[in-house]
Amino acid sequence: MSKNILVVVEQREGKVLPASYQLFTPARALASATGGQVVACVVGEGVSGLADTIGAHGAATVYVVEHAELKHYRASAYTSAVTSAVEAASAGIVLFPTTFMGRDWAARTAARKRGALAIDCTEVSARGEDVAASKSMYAGKLQATFVLSGSRLRVLTIRSNVYAAPAAGGGSAAVQKLVYAPSDADRRLTVKAVTATSSGIKDVTEADVVVSGGRSLKSEENFQKVIFPLAQALEGAVGASRAACDAGYQPHSRQVGLTGKVVTPKLYFACGIDGAIQHLAGMRGSKVIVAINTKKEAPIFKVATYGCVADLFTLVPLVTEEVRKLRAH
Amino acid sequence: MKILCVIKQVPDSNAAVRVRADGKDIDPAGLKLVVDPFDEFGVELAVQLREKGKPVSEIVAITVGGDKAAEALRTAMAIGADRAVHLCDPKFDSANELFFAYLVAAAVKKLGESFELIVCGKQNIDLDAGAVGPALAEFLDLPHVGAVQGLEFDEAGKRFTARRRIEGAEEVVEGALPALLTIEKGLVEARYPSLPNLMKAKKKDLKVLTSADLPGETAAEAGTVVEALTPPPARADCRFIEGEPAEMARELVRLLREEAKVI
Repeated sequence: MSKNILVVVEQREGKVLPASYQLFTPARALASATGGQVVACVVGEGVSGLADTIGAHGAATVYVVEHAELKHYRASAYTSAVTSAVEAASAGIVLFPTTFMGRDWAARTAARKRGALAIDCTEVSARGEDVAASKSMYAGKLQATFVLSGSRLRVLTIRSNVYAAPAAGGGSAAVQKLVYAPSDADRRLTVKAVTATSSGIKDVTEADVVVSGGRSLKSEENFQKVIFPLAQALEGAVGASRAACDAGYQPHSRQVGLTGKVVTPKLYFACGIDGAIQHLAGMRGSKVIVAINTKKEAPIFKVATYGCVADLFTLVPLVTEEVRKLRAH
Repeated sequence: MKILCVIKQVPDSNAAVRVRADGKDIDPAGLKLVVDPFDEFGVELAVQLREKGKPVSEIVAITVGGDKAAEALRTAMAIGADRAVHLCDPKFDSANELFFAYLVAAAVKKLGESFELIVCGKQNIDLDAGAVGPALAEFLDLPHVGAVQGLEFDEAGKRFTARRRIEGAEEVVEGALPALLTIEKGLVEARYPSLPNLMKAKKKDLKVLTSADLPGETAAEAGTVVEALTPPPARADCRFIEGEPAEMARELVRLLREEAKVI
C-alpha cells in the first residue's frame, strides 16, 4: 500500500534548509489521518551525516541518496533520486518545501510519476484517500482549495513559515541508503559554479526578516542609509517594491511582488510602500507585517499587523536604534 | 534552431477577479486578459536570438485555453513568433499545470515537430505555481533550467550557458540543445508590438487542435481539481501605534518582541 508520507529535506552544501523541518508537522497530521508512516529523504553528496538529525524530527525511516553527481541540484538527476525514495518508501504523499529547488523538483517528480500536484500550499489535510490543499492564487486575490486524487501520487510543496517545525525528539530513525546510478539523461546539464551572492546581506527568499522600501526612498543612497541598517540589525534581507527597482534604487533580484519574489518571512517591514496589489501578492503571506507610511489610507495597512503613520526617514532609524539596544542586552 | 514558446493567457494583475457562480473557477465576464508577463519574456527571448543572428529557423507559439486565448497567440506573433498552435476545447479547461504541460507535450508529439529550444515563463501570475516548464520538460524527456536570468549561446547555437539566481546564490549551468528554459524577470525586456506587426500577426498561421486531435486524458481525469475558490482569509485589523516617533519606535519594537515574538 502506498500510504506513507515522504518528507523531502532540502540541503545545499551539507546544510539543511530549516523550512524542511516544518514539513514534518503537516506530514504527521496526514499520517495520523491516513494511518501511514512519516518517512524522509535527503539527496546530495556526502549527506548521510544529516540522517540522524532529520530522523529526530519524527521520521520512521530516513532514505539517503548520495552520489558525487548529486552534489548540485539538477532537476532530472534529483528527480531520479527522489523517485527511488518514493518507491522504496511506498509513499503516497510527498512533501517539498516551497523554494526554487522545491517547486522545480516537485513539478518534475509529479510529472515523472504522473502524479497530482499542488505548489505553495498553506494548508493540507487528508480527505479519505485524497488530499485537500489550499493555496493563494491570482495575486493573492483568491484562495483555492484543490483536491489531489488518491489514485495518484500526491505531490505538494508547503509554504515556509506556515507550519511550525516540531521539536526534535530523541527518536532514532532507521537509515536506509539507496543506490543512485546516474543515467545519461541525468547528465545532460552541468552545474559549473554556485556563487554566494550575499555580501553580508541575505536574499529575500531565505531570510526570516525582510525590510523593504518603496519609491519614496528616492535614491539608492537612502536605501543604504535607512533600510540596510535595520535589515542588518535584524539579520534580515533587504527588499524593494517594483517602483523602487524600476527607478534603479535596488536590483530586480530584491523585488518583492507578483513579478518579483514571493516571500513569507516571519517579519516583513514595508517602509514607504503604499501596497499595490502586485506588491501585496508578494508579501501578504508573511507572519507579521509592519507598515510605515505617511498616508493612513494606504492599502498596505489593510494587510499590516502593526501600522505606524509616520515619515520613514525619521522612524526607521529610531526603530533600528531600538533593535540594536535590544540586541545589545 | 526551432523554438517553441509556451504561453498562457491570464487575467491582468490589476483586474478585479470574481468567482464564478459555482465557486470553482473565476468569472471571465469583462475580465481583462493578457499574455502572462513571464511567458512574454520567453517570446521576446526567442525573437532576440533571431535578431542577434543565431540560427533560428522558426518560432512557434503554443497555448491551451478558450477561444479568447487566440488573442494571446496573436500578441506572441506580433512580437515575432512565426505561427501558433491553439489547444482549444472545454475538456482542456483546468487550473492544473501538470495537465497543461501534458496537453502541450501531447500536441508536440501529435504534430511530429521537433524543437531544439522550448521557452516559457518561470511561473504564471494566475496560479503562481511554476510547474508548466519542469513538467513539460519531463513529458518531452528534455533537460531544463529554471528561472534563467542570464543566457549565452555559442556561435553555432548548439550549446548554452545559463545563469540563475537561487536563494542566496547564483548558479551557472551549461548544457546543449535540445533543452527547455524557464525565464525569470531581468533576462530580457518585452517589447510593445508595433501596429504594422499587429496587422501582420493577423495573417500568420494559427492552428487549432481540439480533443478530437488529442484524445487522452481530460481535465476531469487529470488528478487535480479545484474544489472551491474563496476570498483570501482576512488578516486581523491593523493595530496602529500612536505617539511621537521615538515612542512609536519603542512601542513597535516592544510589541514585536513581547507580543508577536518575532525578534
